[in-house]
Amino acid sequence: MFRTGLITTTIILLSLFVSACEQTANSPSTATLPSDQLTGELSITGSSTIAPLAAELAQRLESKNPQLRVNVQTGGSSRGLADIRQGISDIGMVSRKLNDNEHDVQAHLLAQDGVSIIVHKSNPVTELTTEQIKSVYLGKISNWQSLTGRDKKITVIHKAEGRSTLEVFLDFFKFKNTQIKPDIIIGDNEQGIKLVSRNPNAIAYVSIGTAEYNMKAGTSIKTLPLNGVEATTEKLASGQFPLSRELNFITKGKPSLLTQAYIDFSKTDEAANIIKDFGFVPVK
Amino acid sequence: MKPPTSLKTSVLFPLNKDKILLLGLRVLAGLSVISLLFILFYLSKEAIPVFKNIESIKFFTDKSWHPLSGEYLLLPMIVGSLLIMAGAMLFSIPLGIFAAILSQFYAPAWFANVMQRLVEILSGIPSVIYGFMGIIVIVPLLARFEAPGTSVLAGVLVLSFIVLPNIVLISRNALSQVDAIHIDNAMSLGLSRYAIIRHVILPQAKSGLFTGIVLQSGRAIGETLAVLMVCGNVVQIPGSIFDPVRTLTSNIALEMAYAMDDHRSALFLSGLLLMGVVLIIILVAEKISPRENTV
Repeated sequence: MFRTGLITTTIILLSLFVSACEQTANSPSTATLPSDQLTGELSITGSSTIAPLAAELAQRLESKNPQLRVNVQTGGSSRGLADIRQGISDIGMVSRKLNDNEHDVQAHLLAQDGVSIIVHKSNPVTELTTEQIKSVYLGKISNWQSLTGRDKKITVIHKAEGRSTLEVFLDFFKFKNTQIKPDIIIGDNEQGIKLVSRNPNAIAYVSIGTAEYNMKAGTSIKTLPLNGVEATTEKLASGQFPLSRELNFITKGKPSLLTQAYIDFSKTDEAANIIKDFGFVPVK
Repeated sequence: MKPPTSLKTSVLFPLNKDKILLLGLRVLAGLSVISLLFILFYLSKEAIPVFKNIESIKFFTDKSWHPLSGEYLLLPMIVGSLLIMAGAMLFSIPLGIFAAILSQFYAPAWFANVMQRLVEILSGIPSVIYGFMGIIVIVPLLARFEAPGTSVLAGVLVLSFIVLPNIVLISRNALSQVDAIHIDNAMSLGLSRYAIIRHVILPQAKSGLFTGIVLQSGRAIGETLAVLMVCGNVVQIPGSIFDPVRTLTSNIALEMAYAMDDHRSALFLSGLLLMGVVLIIILVAEKISPRENTV
């Protein structure tokens, strides 16, 4: 009968499910096999700037150690820090320098990232001074004409509270977030690039890595030099570009075997090449 | 004809099947109520800590929304959510109902059929796609009139596109529910098509139309991603339809991933407020809902 068939199927499926659950529960999650291979699970949470890089590094490490599982989740630098403090994750990703009140955790410098000012490709303005950028974001200059540009109103794009790019930007220009007069508030870098590439009169600030990647892909944006220094990964590497930030892995207490292995791997030459591919500058 | 509610009492020999069905239905209904209560409980639990540190009046009297600097003004976002929703409904209700009347009573069958299929497809498109179209088409178009284009109006237009297909579908459904015998009677009296629609069909379909509209307003006020993409998200009470605005939902989506402590609780409070607004809409709708006209 149809009904009986249905019930039987359900019972079979359920029992399969239960036995599957039991299996995963029984298998050891963080034990190490007696070999030099890494085994177990590692969880990494934090900055969305670092996450894609951390995931790529994790994949390389996993391919060398088939028993290793690395779980990378985003949620911002603040979450990375909070998770480490509460012991929820093994490694935190924080895309800024640690503050003075945050030295209860250890930072492992991974790379440098720059924040660059971007405008539309067709914008005739080629350079802005620190003072000019300040005036634009404070609403004192609202037309491109005063900046040797076209007679058009400036569209000021700014980031939502809590983003680390925002913190770097505010820090550098000595802004308070309450002073800024934005026309558009965005979440992530890609959203900013999309808006600027569609609006010839917009100005925004995004991670240099993301900007360079998009310019290579032919998106209609350009980066503006700051204080005469071009916003490129080379200038960032040589330490000349002023608007930059640290990308850190953080841990608390004595790192476990797996944690240490991952962090050591992130400092190898192989990792350095991956870091460069992401538009960041590895630590020498 | 007896109304179907008499089934509740007048079945003489209830079968076992009925009892099993009844039990199942009760469990399902109970689950949906419990999940709603659970959501409310969880939202409140996460939102309440904010009141320990911040006086509730601050959500309405602070100068701005900068939680990291201790400014917690939520009022503009409540206004923003209501404004965008109202605007979208203003566009899509008349359009949707007229489109439904057209396809139900005026258009030739093949046209009505094609239209029905198209509207069904439109209603299935995820809202983020509409948001994407908003960024690529609507925002640059509006920017030609008034920069930067990301504005109340952009949000209203995108949201209208999102709710319109459903309003057409629900309206058409409500119109088709009208008893054919009334239409036949009206026709035999020699009434014109306009008069039949205006005085026979619309009064009878009123309640169904109204319910559909209320449901869609709930969806409109809850829409997040598409609105976030095109509204500019500046926290302010907009002075014109070309000004940017932030809704309660965009606020949660923009900041939740990075929020801590009081900031996080304040975002949960945004969620609670949103539920409150939806609840008020439903209650008000219930109150002013037109009774079904019995002829």
